[in-house]
Amino acid sequence: MSTYVGYARTAFSSIVLLLAIWTGLYLLLTGRGERFNVGGYLLRISPYMWGLYGISFCIGLSVIGAAWGIFIAGSSILGGAIRTPRIATKNLISIIFCEVVAIYGVIMAIVFSAKLGAVNSEAGFSSSDYYTGFSLFWGGLAVGLSNLICGLAVGVTGSNAAVADAHDQQLFVKILVIEIFGSVIGLFGLIVGLLVTGKAEDFAGVL
Amino acid sequence: MKEIYFNADAGYLEGVVRGYRDGLITKPQYSNLTQCETMDDLKLQLATTDYAPFLQNEPSPISTSTLSARCTDALVAEFQYLQQNSAEPISKFLEYITYGYMIDNVVLLITGTLHERDTHDLLEKCHPLGFFDTMPALCVATTVQDLYNTVMVDSPLAGYFRECLSAEDLNELNIEIIRNTLYKAYLEDFYNYCMACGEPTASIMSEILNFESDRRTVNITINSFGTELSKDDRSKLYPRLGNMYPEAQTRLARVDDMDQVKAILEQYSEYKTMLLGVNLNASSGGVGGNELSLEDRFFIKEVDLNKEAFEQQFHLGVFYAWLRLKEQEIRNIVWVAECISQQQKDKINNYTPIY
Repeated sequence: MSTYVGYARTAFSSIVLLLAIWTGLYLLLTGRGERFNVGGYLLRISPYMWGLYGISFCIGLSVIGAAWGIFIAGSSILGGAIRTPRIATKNLISIIFCEVVAIYGVIMAIVFSAKLGAVNSEAGFSSSDYYTGFSLFWGGLAVGLSNLICGLAVGVTGSNAAVADAHDQQLFVKILVIEIFGSVIGLFGLIVGLLVTGKAEDFAGVL
Repeated sequence: MKEIYFNADAGYLEGVVRGYRDGLITKPQYSNLTQCETMDDLKLQLATTDYAPFLQNEPSPISTSTLSARCTDALVAEFQYLQQNSAEPISKFLEYITYGYMIDNVVLLITGTLHERDTHDLLEKCHPLGFFDTMPALCVATTVQDLYNTVMVDSPLAGYFRECLSAEDLNELNIEIIRNTLYKAYLEDFYNYCMACGEPTASIMSEILNFESDRRTVNITINSFGTELSKDDRSKLYPRLGNMYPEAQTRLARVDDMDQVKAILEQYSEYKTMLLGVNLNASSGGVGGNELSLEDRFFIKEVDLNKEAFEQQFHLGVFYAWLRLKEQEIRNIVWVAECISQQQKDKINNYTPIY
């Protein structure tokens, strides 16, 4: 059964590849190669689109990271707390560390969305608007990705902390220090996100 | 990358099993146990451990066999809790662990039937972890073909039986061969399954299973001295894995006495330290004094390996390791209990401490 699925996948991807090569060669050989213009395509995308994508990556990836971390740490806390219930309250700190990551995402999304505004100018977007759109996109992506990774890191160390704490109380603080280092990664993303969008003006259009 | 999705299926159970591990009897508790004068004292001491709920309703002059049975009940209760709460990758893994017990039960039942023992008694003696539905029907089988066609074909062990079918009738030697062939097939299958689980389960389980395989190889070699098992057949019973596969195994297949076995084992650094000062002819527990037999040394080594499995998180090895440690603990308790009930206090310290 699985071999047939494998054949079908190979056949499908080779057909797609063939079509792509055919289209590319067709455009090139009929003298219309300049139609395949990545830069032009990117510039035709509205700066609003860039900005809003950035904001949604920022909040979306952060929340995924936080939720993922909470479930990694949470399931271990749950299991460990069966025998040693005392770890449950103490290890909520790991859950809070993960939650902080989502809060970073929310804060940055609010800061970014303050730069959005209606453009009423007849002449359309100015180059400053494009700069704002791009910087919101990449700033948001930077914040989102670093928060995602931070959430995972804190979740894994939080899980370690819970398991170690259940075995030996003294280990809790030691692993908590490592966990704090992990949670700083999210803060780095936050700072970089602020710097990247720092020089971006609000949307205004051609004045 | 295992860390980030392992907990989705196994995080809770891993926490639970680590909790079980913390419930294992520690050194000070052992020294309390060994100072008991009577079985009642022992029972009282065990009331501070996880075995308490299983022992408290036993009438007071408790026998060693009841103690052992109740301790096994405690182990089974914990294992079944894990099994009931497990989802796919772990449930399969836990199932694999039970196959080993199934093999023991099958062999126990066949041997019992051969000696015309009462079926009911035999079923009670079976390890509860190795129960499977068609097991009681084992008692009617008289030939290997029968055994396979009526019982084993529906059991999870069916696949392992392939190599046993060549044996014609059921006698003592053939049963031993069946046991070892089944166990060999089981170990190899389990090993392959663990390898497919990916890191870090693979590396941790491979160490434990390699050791298990080496131990079986050595035991098969030692037990086949002075029997009618030919050297060719002996090498067929060795599991095809382990640190000694294949080079040392081919040499072990040809040896005739303990000293040659020792010479081969000494070439492996991990077994060389183990063999220092070992009394090769002692039976388990030592003949007196503090001499340990080879079997005891293997147990100590096994405990060490299983303890190492707890040094890492996010792998399935802890489930296996915990079960092995718990089994060792029950063996220890039974040893202490036997020494107390038989007034052999000088040997009481020959158990294998865990933590």
